Amino acid sequence: MSTVAQTEQNHHEHHAAKGFKRWLYTTNHKDIGSLYLIFSLTMFLIGGAMAMVIRAELFQPGLQLVDPHFFNQMTTVHGLIMVFGAVMPAFTGLANWMVPMMIGAPDMALPRMNNWSFWILPFAFAILLLSLFMEGGGPAFGWTFYAPLSTTYSNDNTALFVFAVHIMGISSIMGAINVIVTIVNLRAPGMTWMKLPLFVWTWLITAFLLIAVMPVLAGAVTMVLTDKYFGTSFFDAAGGGDPVMFQHIFWFFGHPEVYIMILPAFGIISTIIPTFSRKKLFGYASMVYATSSIALLSFIVWAHHMFTTGMPLAGELFFMYATMLISVPTGVKVFNWVATMWRGSISFEVPMLFAIAFIVLFTLGGFSGLMLAITPADFQYHDTYFVVAHFHYVLVTGAIFSIMAAAYYWLPKWTGHMYNEALAKWHFWLSLISVNVLFFPMHFVGLAGMPRRIPDYALQFADFNALISIGGFAFGLSQLLFVAVVYKCIKGGEQAPSKVWDGAEGLEWDIPSPAPYHTFSTPPEVK
Amino acid sequence: MNKYLSMVSVFLLTTPLVTYGNSAFNMREGVTDISQNVYQLHMTIFLICCAIGVVVFAVMFWAMIHHRKSKGVKPAQFHESTKVEILWTAIPFLILVAMAVPATKTLIAMEDVSKADLTIKITGSQWKWHYEYMGHDVDFYSVLSTPKSQIDDLEEKSENYLLEVDKPLVIPTDRKVRFLMTSDDVIHSWWVPDFAVKKDANPGFINEAWTRVNEEGVYRGQCAELCGKDHGFMPVVVEARSPEAFEQWLSAAKQDKLDAAAASAALLDQTLSKDELMKTGEKVYMAYCAACHQPTGMGLPGVFPALKGSPIVLGDVKDHIDIILHGKPGTAMQAFAKQLSIKEIAGVVTFKRNSWGNDLDQIVQPSEVQARIDANKEAGK
Repeated sequence: MSTVAQTEQNHHEHHAAKGFKRWLYTTNHKDIGSLYLIFSLTMFLIGGAMAMVIRAELFQPGLQLVDPHFFNQMTTVHGLIMVFGAVMPAFTGLANWMVPMMIGAPDMALPRMNNWSFWILPFAFAILLLSLFMEGGGPAFGWTFYAPLSTTYSNDNTALFVFAVHIMGISSIMGAINVIVTIVNLRAPGMTWMKLPLFVWTWLITAFLLIAVMPVLAGAVTMVLTDKYFGTSFFDAAGGGDPVMFQHIFWFFGHPEVYIMILPAFGIISTIIPTFSRKKLFGYASMVYATSSIALLSFIVWAHHMFTTGMPLAGELFFMYATMLISVPTGVKVFNWVATMWRGSISFEVPMLFAIAFIVLFTLGGFSGLMLAITPADFQYHDTYFVVAHFHYVLVTGAIFSIMAAAYYWLPKWTGHMYNEALAKWHFWLSLISVNVLFFPMHFVGLAGMPRRIPDYALQFADFNALISIGGFAFGLSQLLFVAVVYKCIKGGEQAPSKVWDGAEGLEWDIPSPAPYHTFSTPPEVK
Repeated sequence: MNKYLSMVSVFLLTTPLVTYGNSAFNMREGVTDISQNVYQLHMTIFLICCAIGVVVFAVMFWAMIHHRKSKGVKPAQFHESTKVEILWTAIPFLILVAMAVPATKTLIAMEDVSKADLTIKITGSQWKWHYEYMGHDVDFYSVLSTPKSQIDDLEEKSENYLLEVDKPLVIPTDRKVRFLMTSDDVIHSWWVPDFAVKKDANPGFINEAWTRVNEEGVYRGQCAELCGKDHGFMPVVVEARSPEAFEQWLSAAKQDKLDAAAASAALLDQTLSKDELMKTGEKVYMAYCAACHQPTGMGLPGVFPALKGSPIVLGDVKDHIDIILHGKPGTAMQAFAKQLSIKEIAGVVTFKRNSWGNDLDQIVQPSEVQARIDANKEAGK
């Protein structure tokens, strides 16, 4: 692959505008990737601050800091921000940076749309966040916005929530279209489907999921809008509607959505584990097939979020079996990662530490997911802290840990500098310990009967809640270390070589570090 | 290895809490055959997960310890094996089939609501439960009884803080009790962990569930579905009594209902003092109105309207009584006609018209409330 010289040559041919205009007008996939990642980190901190409010109120029984109405706004907006503002834009940012470089493309296929799909996001979140300061406050009906709590019984600012979600959805759909068009059309000669890096594969499948379900979410919020403001009764039994239908529509979006937030993580882990095991990924083909089957199955399990809504027995059985089935391809992935490490030559750089933590802790979240699939037991788990523990294990120690792993893995490529190893290790170990103090006891309080989304609780849950809050504050503070590492790494540090990790494979490591503004203007030859 | 240590340290940190008994850590076995089956399912799937976890993580940590670069290990070259991959697809699949069998059996039993001895209709509303014994002419509301002062940390919290109500649901042991769930406003979810019964109460639809309790006792649960501001303050308390004691309780409850009706009728001829009305009114206001309109009468701007200076409270008393009787459709303001007696409504109207700077110096008698009820009935409301 003789692309290095070529890209070096092209390096200075086209210089971007300076200052704010550079970022506002940019169509460069690396700039837009950076914008997405910085935006995501900002949202992660804001959503995290809301989690701190929640944990502060729950530190001890009784109401001390916030009133229940504001508490509900915090749980709602925390969820919305973390899902739509932190995790999804982070993956889109990673896709922007890495997909063209991994497949040997000069840029994303639709650069202007790329600019647009990012720049509408800050407006969506500005609308959502500013609604918190209006009379009546922001959305307080949970991120799942079940009708009729979100329609008849919500406050007048609900329209702002609907508008914000629409913008987020449009942004996601545009991002997904861009990823698909790029991967289908801009692969370098010789980059056949079964040679694609797994991160590219998982993102391709994720993009199809996004295009399939984001319009469903748009439909759901629009029906909420017209029910509330224009006299329709999609979800109002008095007008011939059905509140449970809302949940079917929402979760038809919502379940694929959780895979949207984890499939790219699978891709990241499948990239990092082989690098630091210095051994090829075990079962590449089965990884691709497992990802595809998870994506397909994700469309037929949505009602497992709704076992207590009063479904017919046949429905409950179908969704139980289908949900249990998902653990088979997911298990295959975990087994493949472990088999990759087996008889490798393992070293423990920070990306690898996060990747290993991902495998263990995501698997724990998978186990509780399998438990939740058992319908009779789910009647007890449903809407308790056990569920909160489950989805934070798969989303925080799953998705977020994979994003952290990816950030450490590619930061030297992006900035040209090595990150501060000592600080990064502190970040990892503090995060690992505190995240478990934070989320593990939630299993216990959930099993013991503590419902989720309550601002105050019975006395037998007090000790665990205090412990959980301490874990929460520690985890929140630890993330400031991550900000520090990233900042320092952008500002300077040891010069990174083009191939940062000795065991790494892929086109991105043929490019100098930092990656030049334009790469692969002439496609590389993949053998 | 360090990862194990950190996990273990989390466990050690939490072990002193074991003294609370096993319910602080695990699901309750409960007091019905179904809840015990559910507990068994929970433990089975949990132990299966543990076993799989131990095997997978043992292999992984073995690799992390023995196959390190720092030990000079050269990586192996293998990267696929169809045999192994088929094996670890098939084995989990078989485990799942084995798990699905007992789960299916329990689920079928849970959904069989036929041949019930007693049917109770449960209606959720913001933020209380209404219980109606079908065919027995007994019904009542069940509201959180923990005082606000305990919630606000002004007073020491009682043992059953947030899990206590004014009137618990009473059911017989050893009888199949069928529950019909519905809601007057948003979706609620009626949950008693000891029965393994959790079912959503959907407005406009009726759900079914059942239980057969084996042991007498008081069982506590909570609303499980986010239902607005006071979702956390909507407990469920069920008292299971022996069938004989239950029958006694049921006839007493019927008698209480007749007595209350007689007392109401007697009130029509009486004129109550302002003091008495204000006292009754304040009590009712704090229990039923303050959650939304706030103890200060100021409401929550943009969510719940203020009563201080409210045009309805300061306007025609007929409109004021009517909105309390019938609520305001399409808003969180519910109908209190069935929840409050005429004396209580008269009291709360009087209280609102003479509090927080509302200074009408007007009192409303129970007979006036009854007059509105009769007038509305005639008007077909």
